[in-house]
Amino acid sequence: MRTAFIEALTELAAHDDRIWLLCGDLGYSVLERFAQRFPDRFVNAGVAEQNMTGLAAGLALSGNIVFTYSIANFPTLRCLEQIRNDICYHRANVKVVAVGGGFAYGAQGYTHHGLEDLSILRSLPEMTVIAPGDPVEARLAVPAVVERQGPCYVRLGKAGEPVVHAGPVPFEIGRAIQVRGGSDATLISTGGMLKRAVDAHEALGTRGIRARVLSMHTLKPLDGQAVLRAARETRAIVTLEEHNCQGGLGSGVADVLAQACAGVPFAKVAVPDRFWHVAGSQAYFQAMAGDPVELVIRLLEAKQNP
Amino acid sequence: MNSSNLPSQDTVNLAKAIRKRALRMVHRAKSSHIGSCLSAADILAVLYGKVLRVDPTRPDWPERDRFILSKGHAASALYAVLAERGFFPVDLLDTYCEDGSRLVGHVTSGVPGVEVSTGSLGHGLPVACGMALAAKRRKLPWRVFALLSDGELDEGSNWEAILFAPHHKLDNLTAIVDYNKIQSFGSVKEVLDLDPLPEKWRAFRWAVREIDGHDLRQIEEVLTRLPLEAGKPSVVIAHTVKGKGVSFMEGQLAWHYKSPTDEQLAQALAELESKR
Repeated sequence: MRTAFIEALTELAAHDDRIWLLCGDLGYSVLERFAQRFPDRFVNAGVAEQNMTGLAAGLALSGNIVFTYSIANFPTLRCLEQIRNDICYHRANVKVVAVGGGFAYGAQGYTHHGLEDLSILRSLPEMTVIAPGDPVEARLAVPAVVERQGPCYVRLGKAGEPVVHAGPVPFEIGRAIQVRGGSDATLISTGGMLKRAVDAHEALGTRGIRARVLSMHTLKPLDGQAVLRAARETRAIVTLEEHNCQGGLGSGVADVLAQACAGVPFAKVAVPDRFWHVAGSQAYFQAMAGDPVELVIRLLEAKQNP
Repeated sequence: MNSSNLPSQDTVNLAKAIRKRALRMVHRAKSSHIGSCLSAADILAVLYGKVLRVDPTRPDWPERDRFILSKGHAASALYAVLAERGFFPVDLLDTYCEDGSRLVGHVTSGVPGVEVSTGSLGHGLPVACGMALAAKRRKLPWRVFALLSDGELDEGSNWEAILFAPHHKLDNLTAIVDYNKIQSFGSVKEVLDLDPLPEKWRAFRWAVREIDGHDLRQIEEVLTRLPLEAGKPSVVIAHTVKGKGVSFMEGQLAWHYKSPTDEQLAQALAELESKR
């Protein structure tokens, strides 16, 4: 996803000289293409994310569109108050980009796992929160956030994520993309869990269960209409996210359902609210989040035999 | 268009007006931080009377100098000087801290002339660096000033910015430290000693000047000859007295918190009036 991101950003920067890119001394083998082409609009701020984020606000308040870039929690939680006060409070045109969302840096340990970002950034006024589902969405997210006035957070995976969308897709901030049709249940995914949602769709299909798959690439503003349509048209909803089970996609969807008294069976595939003090691959940790196939089957059975 | 040419006596009067207005605002609102306002009043008077290229009739003039009051708790002093210089009517000052007022207890943007919202310490200098970098890289004429408290230099974010600015040769950036030697819970020396402060900035490759932050001529002399050295950001360490100008507030930690009674306000105003 990071390659799709930087390619799209470099293309846009050629036509829009308001675009700057700031990094916190990370991005080796990724950011060079931007840095070499636009040295006057690239800054490596050093391992100093608070200053990087304040700088970004100052540059944006001077008329620029500024991207900050680093790994997992470094451009987000490390400098959260700068995001809150300097960026969001001023509605500064800064786009915070984190690579390695979720368990992309699985074996590197908890310090490098991005598991609370969506929940925390979603609670900041003015902030748009986006977690693209595959490299196609990551590429399309870049012009979308440039177009959108004000603060945005883009949570990317790392490298080598599978392409889920076979062809061109309509990408609009705040509008879920229907990736697979179905009327028995709905799988709503955000970020890199999209491939697992599509795999679950296939697995459920072999059991005669037709599951709709929505890519909820925008966490905020959340596409409540798509959620309620799924509640009306299908018999169970399961959300998928590589994120702590509190405050992320599942919580956002549950808010929509509860406030509409939708009454549809609902479950989350999300990371339990605990630490692991072990190494592991992304797939190893993802498995801890739960099995969407099992959950869909359980919800549908419970509905038949209450 | 720019406010840089007030006669010297007018700067004296401006400093006095800032002090009186801030005292009245803090008294009326029963709010705090008057000591911090009084220690910064002379610096603000010179900045807005002699230094900053700003236009009260066009607060958003793109080429204006940018001023950030990073010690955002001295809000009433900033609002006072902006009103005195005509950015908004002085009547508005009476709404300070009232329900629904734009004049919030910590500096809040949306008020004409206020560049950025501050209040949480350690935010002003990084944002100032971003504004200075934007001007530097685009060859734009504006300069950037940030007024910091001594206590806020405890924040690590400042030292990230202090490392950054000289590396990028931001000689269009000036930091001013209101070094009144008292922070929230005690003297700077007791809480977290900054000594030797000029040497610290010098070691980070800033051009440094120490002045008496209540000597209007010294303040003007240094702030009208910037940068102190070509190719380097400037820092002016202004030795000040918390509560300056009101005898019973000077050097007293309590006036970081207390609001003057009616009698104390009357005495403070009388003391200020009796000075030249």
